[in-house]
Amino acid sequence: MAFAAFGGSAPANQGDSAKKSNKAIVWALLAPGLIYLGLFFFTPLISLIATSLEAPDASGAIGAYQYAFNVENYTYVVGTYLPQIARSFYYATVATIFALLISFPLAYFIGVRLRSKPMLQRLLVTLVIAPFFISFLLRTIAWKQIFSDGSWIMSTLHSTGILASDQFFLGTDAAVIFGLTYNFIPFMTLPLYTTLERFDIRLLEAGSDLYASPARIFRRITLPISMPGIISGTLLTFIPIAGDYVNASRDFLGSSKTSMIGTMVEADFLQNWDYPSASALSVLLMAVIVALVSVYVRKAGTEDLL
Amino acid sequence: MAGPLSSSGADLDLVGVRKEFPGFTALENLDLHIPAGQFFALLGPSGCGKTTTLRIVAGLETPTTGRVLIGGQDVTDTKPHERPVNTVFQSYALFPHMTVLENVAFGLRQRKIDDPVGKAQVALELVELGHLAQRRPQQLSGGQQQRVALARALVNRPSLLLLDEPLGALDLKLRRQMQIELKAIQMEVGLTFLHVTHDQEEAMDMADTVAVMNKGHIEQMGAPELLYDRPKTAFVAKFLGQSNIFVGDVAESSENSISINVGGNKISVDKARAEKHTGKIAIGVRPEKVAFHESKPEAESGRVLLGPGEILDIRFTGVSNQYLIEIPNIGEVTVFAQNVGKSPVVELGAQVWVSWKIEHSFGLADLPDGTVEA
Repeated sequence: MAFAAFGGSAPANQGDSAKKSNKAIVWALLAPGLIYLGLFFFTPLISLIATSLEAPDASGAIGAYQYAFNVENYTYVVGTYLPQIARSFYYATVATIFALLISFPLAYFIGVRLRSKPMLQRLLVTLVIAPFFISFLLRTIAWKQIFSDGSWIMSTLHSTGILASDQFFLGTDAAVIFGLTYNFIPFMTLPLYTTLERFDIRLLEAGSDLYASPARIFRRITLPISMPGIISGTLLTFIPIAGDYVNASRDFLGSSKTSMIGTMVEADFLQNWDYPSASALSVLLMAVIVALVSVYVRKAGTEDLL
Repeated sequence: MAGPLSSSGADLDLVGVRKEFPGFTALENLDLHIPAGQFFALLGPSGCGKTTTLRIVAGLETPTTGRVLIGGQDVTDTKPHERPVNTVFQSYALFPHMTVLENVAFGLRQRKIDDPVGKAQVALELVELGHLAQRRPQQLSGGQQQRVALARALVNRPSLLLLDEPLGALDLKLRRQMQIELKAIQMEVGLTFLHVTHDQEEAMDMADTVAVMNKGHIEQMGAPELLYDRPKTAFVAKFLGQSNIFVGDVAESSENSISINVGGNKISVDKARAEKHTGKIAIGVRPEKVAFHESKPEAESGRVLLGPGEILDIRFTGVSNQYLIEIPNIGEVTVFAQNVGKSPVVELGAQVWVSWKIEHSFGLADLPDGTVEA
C-alpha cells in the first residue's frame, strides 16, 4: 500500500511482492523468540505435564516412573497437600496486601511529593532496589539471625512482657509473611513508582476545585489512575510469593507448620524423588495462578475491584 | 461549608492580599472588588502574579496575609473543595480515566446533587459536545477539551467562575470563536467570571472590567475603553495596545493644559488627562490618533505638530499600515493609517509632519522605565 502512494503507475503485483517480503521479514524477526519459547517454555511445560501423569514403573525402584495417564496424581496431591496449597495462597494474599500498603505511600512520596527534587528521587529509588545487591538467601538468613530465639530483639520482647517467655517468632505464620513481604516489596514499589511518577498532580487540584474532599480525591482520582501500577505490582508480588519455597522453609524463617506448595515441590523432587507428585503440584499451582490472575485482571480492567 | 451554593454570581473581594514564596513576593497588598455578574479580566505578563491571585481565590494557595471574601463571606481559611468556586484550568486537567460525561458530572456527584448525569448532559449540550459524551478526554481536540473543562465548571453553577488562560492553547481562529461563546455563556448564566490572561485583545474584547497587573500589584483597573484611552502608567500604555511616549520637563502650564519641551518641540496634554503636572513627565498618544502630512500644515491651536521627519519603515498589516517615522531630536513615532485609499499613503524615505489633537494626549504618572522624577 505504501508504494501506491508514490505514484499510480506502479503495477499492482509489485505491491503484492512487497507484502510478501514484509511478511518474510516479520517471520524472520519473530523466529528467535518463537524458537526460544518453543525450546525453553513449551517443551518443558509439556514434559512437566507428562511427568505429572506418570505412574511408578514395573521395577518398583524408588524414583523410577513410566508414562501413564495417571490422573489420580492430582487427586492425591490435592488430598495430601491441601493445607499447604491453601496456606500458599493465604500467605501470598496477606503478603501482597502488606506490600501494597507499605509501597503505595512510599511510591507516592517518591514519585509525586519529591518531584521537585529529582536527585533525592533517584537516590530513594536506588535504595528501594539496593537490597537486590545482596543475595536473597543471605538477607533471609540475616532476618533469621535477627529473630532467632536468643537475639536481643526477642529477649527485649520477652523481658518487656510483650511476648510470653514461651512465645517465639521464627517458625510462625507471621515470620514467614514478614519475610515474604520484605523480599518481594521492591516488585510492588517499582511499578507503582513508574505509574505515580507520571501522575498529573494538577488533577488533584481539579478534584478539590470540584468539591471532592482529600479522601474522595484519593478514591476517585489517585487510585483509579494508579490502577495499572497496582495491577502489575500485585501480579509481580503475588505470583512469585505463591510459588516461593525459601522463606517458609525450616532452614529460613519457617517451620514444618508453615510449609507452602514450593516447600512440598522441593521435598518431593529432591528428597522423596516423587517426580509425578511434584509435577502435579507445579501444574496445579500454575493453573490456579492463571485462573486467579485472569479473573483479577478482568475485574481490575473494569475497575470492579474498587 | 459556605452554605448552599448560590445559582447566581457573587461579589469577590480581596482585601490586602499578600503572597510570599521563598525568595520572592508574588503579590504585594492586593485590593480588588469584583461586583456580582461581572466579567472581570486580570491582564498582565507572565510572572505578574495574576495566576497566583486566581489560585488564592480558588483556595489552591493560601495568602501570606489578607482576606478573601466571596459574596461577603470570608473564605480565606476555607478549603478549596468547600468554596463555591469552579476553575477552568489552563491545562484543562480533565480526568483521563473518566468519560467526558463523567468528567462533567464529577462536581455534581461530590455534592450529591440529583440527576448528575442528566445535568451533565445538558451542560455538554450547552457547549455543543452532547454527541461526544461517551468519549474519553484524550480522544478530543484541544478546543473540545477546553469546552469540556468549561462545561465541567459551569454545570456546578458556581458563584464565581475562574478562568486560568483557558484559551491559551487554542489557535487564533478557535480562540476568537471561543471568546465569543464564552462571553455569550457568561451573559446567559449571569455568573461572575474572573478571567486571567496575558492576551490584551482577549481581555479588552471580553471583559467588563480589566485590571492590568505588573510585578505583583494592580497598575490600573477600569473599563477596557477607559484603560485604552487614558492609561495612567507607562506600563499600561505599552502593555495595552501601542503608544508613542515622549519625555520632557514641563515648560508651560496654562489653566487647562501643560506642555513639555522635547528637543525644542512643544507637546501638550490637557491637565485633566495628566497624572502629574510638574517636573519631568511622560506624555503619550496612540498611533492611530496621529495623522501625518506631506507638507507642513498651518500651526493650529489644539493640535500637537511635530516634524519634519523621515519615513523609516512601512509595515502592511491588512486593514492598516504601520509607519515608523524618525523625527530629529524627538525619536521614532509610530503612526497607524487605515488603508481606505491608496496604500501606502506615502513612500519610504518621504519627508512628513505628524500631528494630533491635544485631547488625545495622555500624561503618565511615571517615566517609560517605570521611575518617577521630580
